[in-house]
Amino acid sequence: MCSDKACIFGNPIALMSITGHAPPPLFKRGPAPLVRLLFFAALSIALLIADLRFHTLEWVRLAVATAIWPLQRAASLPLEIAGDLGAHFVRLSSLQTENAQMHRQQLDAARLLLRQQYLEDENRRLRALLEMREGQPVSGQLVEIIHAARDPFSRRVIIDKGLRHGIQAGQAVVDEQGVIGQVTRSFPLMAEVSLLTDKQQAIPVQVQRNGLRAVLFGAGGGQMEMRFTAANADVRAGDILVTSGLDGIYLPGLPVAKVDKIAHDDAGAFAHIRCVPLAGVEHNSIVMVLGSRTPLPPGLESVLAPSDVSVKGSRVKGGAQ
Amino acid sequence: MMQPTHASRRILLPARNWFILLTFCVALFLNLIPFGRLPGVPDWVALVLTFWCIHQPRKVGMGAGFILGLLMDVIDASVMGQHALAYVVLVFVAGGLSRRVLWFPLVQQALQILPLLLGAQLIMLCARMLGGAEFPGLLWFLSSITAALLWHPLTYVLLLPQFRPEEKDVHRPI
Repeated sequence: MCSDKACIFGNPIALMSITGHAPPPLFKRGPAPLVRLLFFAALSIALLIADLRFHTLEWVRLAVATAIWPLQRAASLPLEIAGDLGAHFVRLSSLQTENAQMHRQQLDAARLLLRQQYLEDENRRLRALLEMREGQPVSGQLVEIIHAARDPFSRRVIIDKGLRHGIQAGQAVVDEQGVIGQVTRSFPLMAEVSLLTDKQQAIPVQVQRNGLRAVLFGAGGGQMEMRFTAANADVRAGDILVTSGLDGIYLPGLPVAKVDKIAHDDAGAFAHIRCVPLAGVEHNSIVMVLGSRTPLPPGLESVLAPSDVSVKGSRVKGGAQ
Repeated sequence: MMQPTHASRRILLPARNWFILLTFCVALFLNLIPFGRLPGVPDWVALVLTFWCIHQPRKVGMGAGFILGLLMDVIDASVMGQHALAYVVLVFVAGGLSRRVLWFPLVQQALQILPLLLGAQLIMLCARMLGGAEFPGLLWFLSSITAALLWHPLTYVLLLPQFRPEEKDVHRPI
């Protein structure tokens, strides 16, 4: 009985009877294991495609993640306590050096900050004179990175604020030196930030020295890569890259990365430009989530802009008188 | 369940469903501990799932593997279906090998568990690399080796409620 089945279906059935899968015919046990395997594997692959390609399963993730949130906090408590204990026994001398260093940094920053208010006012007035749209002021909130996500295939971290604190997917995340990434998923009480070094992250940048625009992609391993830049483009090692603001997500002018090395191969029309992030992308504990930018869609901009400018213009004029 | 194991000659009590459920919950909780990218942290759910598939292939099937996989996908913040696919295949192979593995002593059992866990990791690797993710590095496979090393202590812990108290009755005729 079994032998002619093996003839029809080939190897799998024969293998099953060796490994003991084939049930004795006396007992009914539902569909055969191979059928069940195929069913569940097909279901899993369908889920994989739905999530990777169409991103349609976010609501399932949201529901489950919300349900297990208390457990997740409880599970992370032991490590947090261990970390706190470790921090408790930091040596006095290291604290003192850190304190002195921060004091120096603050003095350094004060030089720029003292004139910032004045410059911003001046900038607004000049923009009004030139009838340009006003640059968006930066708002943001401080968040703490709870832990790195477990998934070894991507570079993500979990932060301690979420939808209830007004954090939406798409907002930019920075530290004191530059951009570290972008909020990609927001749950009620936490959010997931994809770091710039994640392979699926891209950020539009421009070279600070000459304004050359390009797109920077994560390359994994703490590095980034500037793709689709012509081999003869004016980029040098050591150049600072800042956000260009073309995407409507990142504000323009935030420092992103430094060009590390440039390689040319004979075949390609593009240069291979490796960059290292300026911000402490993979070692940070407190970062800032910037308020979301709300750029006008390209069609609406021409319709709304004249009235917008006139309103602003009159207001600034009134303020100036 | 009277499995003729080589290592333990004791007759075991039947496994209780609530205990199996409890061990899965504990494994999920252990996986929730945020070790980040530390290499060598075992996947507790995969390990406990393999254990029950080998010891109780009738009670723990592919449906359980699938649901645990989905939960792990959410916990891991990975792609939906990645763990589910790996666990379903793991359950299939472990269930198939269950009658064979239990004849060996515990150390040799662990040696046979290792390729199963590595295979599950390989499935996840293929699924994600096809989706364009980065290679996590060879150290990532260390977690399966840690899990295989834990097979020996885990067997004792998970079989503990099934051991019968050894009662020595001097008046018993046999």
